[in-house]
Amino acid sequence: MSSHVDSQTNDARDARGTVTIATEVCKGCELCIEACPPRVLAMGTDVNHLGYHFPELHDGCTGCAACQLICPDFVFEVFRRPRKTAAATTAGSTT
Amino acid sequence: MAATNPELKVVGQQKPDLVLTQHHHMCPGCGEPLALRACLEPIQELGLAQRAIAVAGIGCYTSFSMTTDLDLVQALHGRAPSVATGVKRMRPDTIVYTLQGDGDMVNEGLQEVLHTAARGENVTCVLLNNGVFGETGGHMTATSVLGQRTKNTLAGRDAAYHGFPILIGDLIAGLEGAVYVARGSVHNAGAVARTKKMFRRAFECQMRNEGFTFVEVLTMCPTGWFIPTIEGPKYMHDTLGEVHIMGELKADGVIRTTEELHAENVQKAVEIEQALARGGIEG
Amino acid sequence: MKLMEGSEAIAEASIAAGCRFFAGYPMTPFTELLEHFARRLPEEGGVCVNAESELEAAGMAWGALATGARAATGSTGQGLSLMQESFSEITLAELPLVVFNMARGQQDYFQSTRGGGHGDYRHIVLAPMDIREAVELTQLAFHLADKWRNPVLVYGDYLLAHIQEAVDVAPIAFDGPLPTKEWAVDGSLGGTGRSRIVSPLGFDKAGRPSPGIEAHLRRITAKLRDIEAAEVRVEQGFCDDAETVVVAFGPPGKFVRYVVAHLREEGEKVGYVRPITLWPFPYETVAQAAEGAARVGVFELCAGQMIDDVRLGVLGRAPVSGIGGISTDGSGFGVGPLLDTEIVRERILALHHGEPLPPLPDNDRSF
Repeated sequence: MSSHVDSQTNDARDARGTVTIATEVCKGCELCIEACPPRVLAMGTDVNHLGYHFPELHDGCTGCAACQLICPDFVFEVFRRPRKTAAATTAGSTT
Repeated sequence: MAATNPELKVVGQQKPDLVLTQHHHMCPGCGEPLALRACLEPIQELGLAQRAIAVAGIGCYTSFSMTTDLDLVQALHGRAPSVATGVKRMRPDTIVYTLQGDGDMVNEGLQEVLHTAARGENVTCVLLNNGVFGETGGHMTATSVLGQRTKNTLAGRDAAYHGFPILIGDLIAGLEGAVYVARGSVHNAGAVARTKKMFRRAFECQMRNEGFTFVEVLTMCPTGWFIPTIEGPKYMHDTLGEVHIMGELKADGVIRTTEELHAENVQKAVEIEQALARGGIEG
Repeated sequence: MKLMEGSEAIAEASIAAGCRFFAGYPMTPFTELLEHFARRLPEEGGVCVNAESELEAAGMAWGALATGARAATGSTGQGLSLMQESFSEITLAELPLVVFNMARGQQDYFQSTRGGGHGDYRHIVLAPMDIREAVELTQLAFHLADKWRNPVLVYGDYLLAHIQEAVDVAPIAFDGPLPTKEWAVDGSLGGTGRSRIVSPLGFDKAGRPSPGIEAHLRRITAKLRDIEAAEVRVEQGFCDDAETVVVAFGPPGKFVRYVVAHLREEGEKVGYVRPITLWPFPYETVAQAAEGAARVGVFELCAGQMIDDVRLGVLGRAPVSGIGGISTDGSGFGVGPLLDTEIVRERILALHHGEPLPPLPDNDRSF
């Protein structure tokens, strides 16, 4: 029912996080684009069966889950790779 | 694929467990599903799902009555607080909350929510405030701000003709029966996270039978505001957000007015500017 | 047996029937009913809330009913006017509300039977003639409400509220098992995928079949036809060979019954029909009574409301005329001089002999 766009480079050793995107339920509101602190989401050119463009993930996801919090359509699954050194998570940095 | 990579830890929930399906008919960019997440995740996390009864009003969010996996009573426009009173009095061991829009609660049902608060009913009334009657097409409500363009205030709300907005949180905070009154927002991820904490505090108060609790959430309604979807958060920040200030209006016996919260925000903005001028801030 | 004011008897009968929630707002002549519930319900582990207006009283009862409790509200006609939207929707939500109208006279017949609210809905309406019958019909109200999952209204008035009779308010066992209330919400099914919804809108939770509003409304109205077939209650006397039949309900019905019985002893061929359910209305009994009659009179304390239903039942078999009228005391809450056996007799005889009706007596305009 939902297809996932997953950038392979986010599984690379140095990416802290990644997301899966349920592209078929996205309504193209673009709130996630602005909400993402490292700006790794960009709207693509494809459209889903509802007729909306949907976001694609680029390199540099930190797994902060801002997109998950701001998405009205529950599109994002978010994953984080635990790191050995303490890393500041940037979830909610735009208070 | 990321989902099966054992090195990756799941963060949060794609869809709150207490939402039966991610499909809904809310407009693109609607803030109400975000408020729903902020409300339902604390219920889940506090282990309240099998003790909770929701009472829903009438508005766009009424469709959540069908998709929320909680025992639920559907009420009429404005009437959820009285129904919630009846539910809670008969089932005092449950956690009861209402879900109402600003047209529902502050127009039609102003008397209901004020009296329910004054009586100190141990329920949580939740206000989804987008400053319009969304479901009927974007008309003025008691919380619409001066200058706001709505379907029946096309030239902008004019105090002389349309009167002034009601800051319902302040009215309720002044009632002795109300013990926790907070105003959150969902215009960005940080606000959503902060609002979720407000819901948690409210439900914890209800669990301790401390009295009436109230959580208001400013939500985006680009359709009702007649703006492009992507401008929702900014429009909210610049209009509703300037009048209905985010913060805890009453907690731990301390009451702060919206004016005081506004003054704090102005002060904070000044401090940030000064720090930036000195050469950068941490975090 | 105990000598009890009607308001107290009705409250006790409700408690005997298991009512554990009441909400109301003071208004004459309903106020004492609220007072008795306020005093007695906490003693029985129940709750009585002084609502901020009649509108909220209906809402609170709605919430209590949704949890599966037996609950009631009430007022006088004016207060019930405020509750009408909720009444319509409570009926659509199939909640077993019991409503008490301690009415100012009989002018709320239309409000009770046609429904003052919107939409295709009806309430079963029970009209006791005295306190003994009110005690029985109050308990019956809770039973019928649960049996049909439909509100039931008990039509009372100032007399029923304030006179005293010796009554027995022991619980009555009615026939037949009642349906269980698995639809009631208690929070326990949250998060299970099987959570419940109590709603007037005809929609169920996602993933379950929803009738939708059209099918829902049709099912509710089909149920009303079943109620009409099963729940008519009526009393009638001396109609077999009556030339004049008089129809009256409530305490005026008891006055008419008394007068007709005496007129019969004097050889006058009169009969009476006393509807006990105002809805469903006893059209068949009225039709049968009118079959051999020369005329039908309707005695009601208002400008003429039940007369419409009498005309529908009579359906041209005999001429129908009103012999009652507006009669109240100086305050407008109570009863006026028209409710007097001598005056009732005078008016029935005038109808029976084809003479003009005497003018209505005036009250003396004092409280």
